[in-house]
Parts: sequence; structure tokens; C-alpha cells
Amino acid sequence: MATIRYERRIKASPDTVWGVVRQPASIPEWFPGITSCDMDGKLRTIHLANGLSMPENIIVSDDIARRFAYSIVSPLYRSHLGTIDVIEIGPQDSLCVYSTTAEPDVLALVIGGGTYAALDEIQRIAEEREGK
Amino acid sequence: MGRKILFITTDQQRFDTIGINGGIYSRTPVVDQLAREGIRYTRAQPASVVCMPSRSSMLTGQFPSKHGAWMNGVPLRVDAPSVAAALHDEGYKTSIIGKAHFEPFLDVFGKFTENSLSSLGVPTVEQPWYDGRRGVHRGFDHLEMATHGAAGMLHYARWLTENHPEMLGAFYQVLDGELNVNAAGGGDTDAPQVKHNAIPKEWYHTDWVADRTIAWLNSLEADNDWFCWMSFPDPHHPWDPPQSEISRVNWRDVDLPAGYEPNRAKREAILDDKARHWRMWYDGTLVSNYEAPAKWVPATLTEDQIREVNALNAVEVELIDEAIGRVLSAVEARGWGDDVDIIFTTDHGEFQGDFGLLFKGPYHVDALMRLPLIWRPAKSSGVNPAVVDTPVSLVSLASTFLAVAGVAQPEWAEEPALPISNEDAHSRNLDATITEWDSALFGVDIHVRSVLTEEWLYTRYAAGYAHDGTEGELYSLTDDPLQRNNRFGDPSLKGVREELQARLDAHENRPGVGEHDGVLVAPV
Repeated sequence: MATIRYERRIKASPDTVWGVVRQPASIPEWFPGITSCDMDGKLRTIHLANGLSMPENIIVSDDIARRFAYSIVSPLYRSHLGTIDVIEIGPQDSLCVYSTTAEPDVLALVIGGGTYAALDEIQRIAEEREGK
Repeated sequence: MGRKILFITTDQQRFDTIGINGGIYSRTPVVDQLAREGIRYTRAQPASVVCMPSRSSMLTGQFPSKHGAWMNGVPLRVDAPSVAAALHDEGYKTSIIGKAHFEPFLDVFGKFTENSLSSLGVPTVEQPWYDGRRGVHRGFDHLEMATHGAAGMLHYARWLTENHPEMLGAFYQVLDGELNVNAAGGGDTDAPQVKHNAIPKEWYHTDWVADRTIAWLNSLEADNDWFCWMSFPDPHHPWDPPQSEISRVNWRDVDLPAGYEPNRAKREAILDDKARHWRMWYDGTLVSNYEAPAKWVPATLTEDQIREVNALNAVEVELIDEAIGRVLSAVEARGWGDDVDIIFTTDHGEFQGDFGLLFKGPYHVDALMRLPLIWRPAKSSGVNPAVVDTPVSLVSLASTFLAVAGVAQPEWAEEPALPISNEDAHSRNLDATITEWDSALFGVDIHVRSVLTEEWLYTRYAAGYAHDGTEGELYSLTDDPLQRNNRFGDPSLKGVREELQARLDAHENRPGVGEHDGVLVAPV
């Protein structure tokens, strides 16, 4: 089991940052390389630019804790947990933490590595929204 | 018209695999002839002993602690300094053909340009440059990529898929089902990363790189100045050259390398004398980096496996030499023969059985750090042939290419141009090189700095997973060329240690260190 964690300080309120990621179907808007997704209840299937698709279980999207959690259910993974936490630092100051814990270990980094670029987009979108 | 530059790199090639450097198994007449006509360096060192940091140092003229691609899987920032961009500014046509690896290969989200160019169907794209302008990707007008096999999304894999799909399964499967570097054995000895490959020689990536280089050269105008980085993926593992060629070197006739101690107790005592991560890896209790198979235990390596790996490696080196010969013939045919500088080197070495190990990692000894480097200046330059024994760094390559083009060392390049003789080196006080290692993978971090002089190799380990910050290694290159006797604790060498430590301290304290450190976003 291995874990990857990236953090980003964002100049936007936690509600604004949380608003970017809280809807499971919004992921193509802020995760580079994911072109679209299908929702079927708690099951989200993401489609990548390279043609790959991956099914994910949405575990929680908690508006109070501002925590999103999901799990890839591809047979490649013995286990996977992705979490996004939005933490209030100040009125227009948030910390967004994107974590990936998975087995096999390497897959944590293969997938988790993409979450760093996702944080770039989450930051860009949140700060743009706050600017308006 | 100025001097053109053909920069030839291989991947993971030891100094002693070249005939003129004492290699006895691979015939390398083309590279040997370049050495006889030019400058042969006997102590060329990389900035890092893994691909991405070392290659990034060649491109940027900076050490990893400055360019920021500090381990495999950390992309070189797209606006890092680039000697290709500087040459582009001088009017050079620029290309890289073969293995670049400034950006990670394992890229499921398709973030990196090297991986996307093949599917985009364009020779390059515009990106930000280091000086605020925009220009072709890292300064290259033309990029055609290949790596160690047929997997992935690079140009060679696409070409093979489109033209010879029946051969896709002929290569060794570099990664296993969990995307670890594969530990599965093959060949005659069940050695890791070995396979008999049914692909015809003409379709193997070595010949493809030469073919594509020739095609690019033939696309140029006769009066163009050009910089071509021809980058062969071999002899890096997997060791799976075309099966039709493996009879060139019979592994049963290959001697064990001098760096291999056949007596197990003595071999393990040598490892125990070094910093503790050496023995931990050998015993299979430490996986510090992605580049060696995580599920392979070096202590299981057999002598026949070492022989077979070295034989297949020698075959791959021969194929590269022949491919270079074809490219040089094409250069001659274009009438450029007198005006081309040819530089041949590699990014880092390979254990190939030394100390009972294969592959590479945070181990700063000759197997991984002493590299072939040959510079055959353009015949029109009038530079005399020479053998340079003083330590030189591959970080000097960027300034060297610019010097060939008549451009002074830029502010961003950390090392001056290569010396053309020992006298030149001494007159410029070029007497030591530095090699860095930093890695942090799944809770295991290793941090290493080494300085090499004509007499000593001195290594220090910063505190991390396997070290408490007090460990080091010190080898006399004259008394102990195989680096078996660690004299770090020898009280009689206190003065030597202090002098070498001062050099490392100066390196660590230079301006700009760490300012551009990148983020690990992929295994490799």
C-alpha cells in the first residue's frame, strides 16, 4: 500500500473551492486528461483522452466536512482511495489536499501523479470564480 | 556556414563496453575511430545516475539541484534553459530523435508533450521558453521519440503498431501487471529483463533511430547549420536485442567482470563496508527507487545470469555502433563530413554484475558513474586528437555545444565547455566533478552527493530512510580502482575528507539550489 498527497493553498473561500469539486460529474472540468464521465447512481466512469475508461465508486461528498472520497474499482487495483479535502485557512484562503492511497504501490503514483495537475485546475477555477 | 553538431547518446552504457576503452566483447570500430580522431575522456561523470536528471543536465547545463528534475518521474519544467533553444537562436535546425525522457513516460492522463507528439502528428509544439519568449518545445524543431520497446505512445511504438503489429509482443514486457519494473526472467539463464526477441534487426529501435535521423538530415538544406541529438534507447535493460544477432557474443564465453567478487562471503563483506543501503538492496530489504525491479533480489543473481546480461549488452552496443556508422555515411554523402562535431556519450552506467548487482540506483561507483565520452571535433576546426584523464562532467556538454557554435557560456550554464586536453583542463582548474542523487518514493528517501577528483571518489549521505547523515564512502582511485575498500573512516585521511567535503559544501551552497525543484508525479 502506498500513499501520495499533494496540497495547494488557494486564494478563495473554502466554499468556492469546495464548489469546484463537490459534484461527482464535474471532474472533466478540473482534472486534466479526463475528457468525460458517466454517472450511474454512485458509480462514476471516467473516460481519458487516451481512450481508457475507469469505473469509480463515489464514497462520500460531504458538504459540511468538505470532503470528497472515491474509489477506483478497476481490476488493476487491489485497493484505491482518493480523497479531496478543502480546509479553511481564512475568509479567502483555503488549503486543498488531494490524496491517493492504493495497492499496488506504483499505481498510487501513476494515478495520484495526475492529481497534482488537477490541483492546478482547481486553484485556477476557484480563484477565477472568487475574482468575479 | 558554421560547424554542425551530431550529439549521440546511448542509455545506461558503461565506460568499459567500448573497444577503445578496453571493452573486449562488443566490436565498436566506428566509435573507436571517432576516439582516435578526436578527444577521448577517461573520467566523464554524469550529474545523476538515472535518466531524467542526467539527460536534463545535458540539455540545461545545470545540475539536478538547479534544473529541478531531481529524480525520475519529476518532469523538467518546460521553460527550463535549453541548449537546443540557444542553438535555435543561432539559426541552427534542431532535432532530438530517439529517447528524450525529460518528461515522465508513465502518463495515463496524457499531460506531457513528449508523449502526445506522436498522436498529434506534428514535429513540435510551441511552449514557453526560459527567457519569457515562446518557441518550439525545449528548442527542438523536430522530435521523434522512442524508448525501450514497443509499449507506450511514442513514435516508435506507433510506427511498429502501424507497420509490424505482429512484433508488438516480441519485446520483453518492461513492466509487470502492477506497473513495476518487471522481475521476470528469460533467455537461457532466467536473468531478469532478458528475452530472446524475434523482431528483425531492421525493425528494432536502434535501426529505427538511425533511419529517422538519416531522414531528418536528408530533409535539410545543404547550407543549414544543425544540431541533432540522436538518442539510442539501448543498451539499457531490457536486454532483448534481435534474436538473429545474439550469436555475435556467446554468453558462455563471457568472463565475469572484474568488479564481481565470486566468493559470496567476500562479496557481502565488501557491501557491508559501504553505506547500509547497499546491503539492504542486495538482500531485498530495501527498494529505494523505481528503476530496478522491486520484486527482484540481487542476492539471487547467478554467475551465468551475469554472463548472459553482459553478452546481450555487448550485442546491443555493437548494433548501436553499426547504426552510428550508417548515419555517419549519410553525413558524408551530404558533403558535411569536415564540418560536423560528433559527441558520443551516455546518461549513466550499469552494474552488470559489479558487487553482485544489476541495474542502477543510489550507488556512486564507477559502474554507474564512469561513462564513455568522445568528442570528435569537426575536421575543419583543427583541434588535435587527445586523451583527457582529468574528471569532466556531462553538465559541460551544453557549454561545449555552444562553444562549437561560437557562443560564449551563458549565465544559466553551470559548467564551462569540455577541455580539449589535460593541459587545457589544468589551465582552467577543471579538476573535479559532482554527482547528485535525491529520491523519495513511497516513504523511502535517499540523498547522496559525490565529488570525484583525479585521485579520490568521496560520497556523503544526508539523513533519510536508510541513513542518519553520518555515513560516507571514500575510495582511492589509484589504489582501489574497483572501489572495494571504503576508507571513509580512515583517520589518516581526515585532511582528504575535509578538503573534499568543502567541495561538496560549496556545491550545495551555490546560488539557485532548490529554487526550481519539481514535483514527483509519475514513477518514471
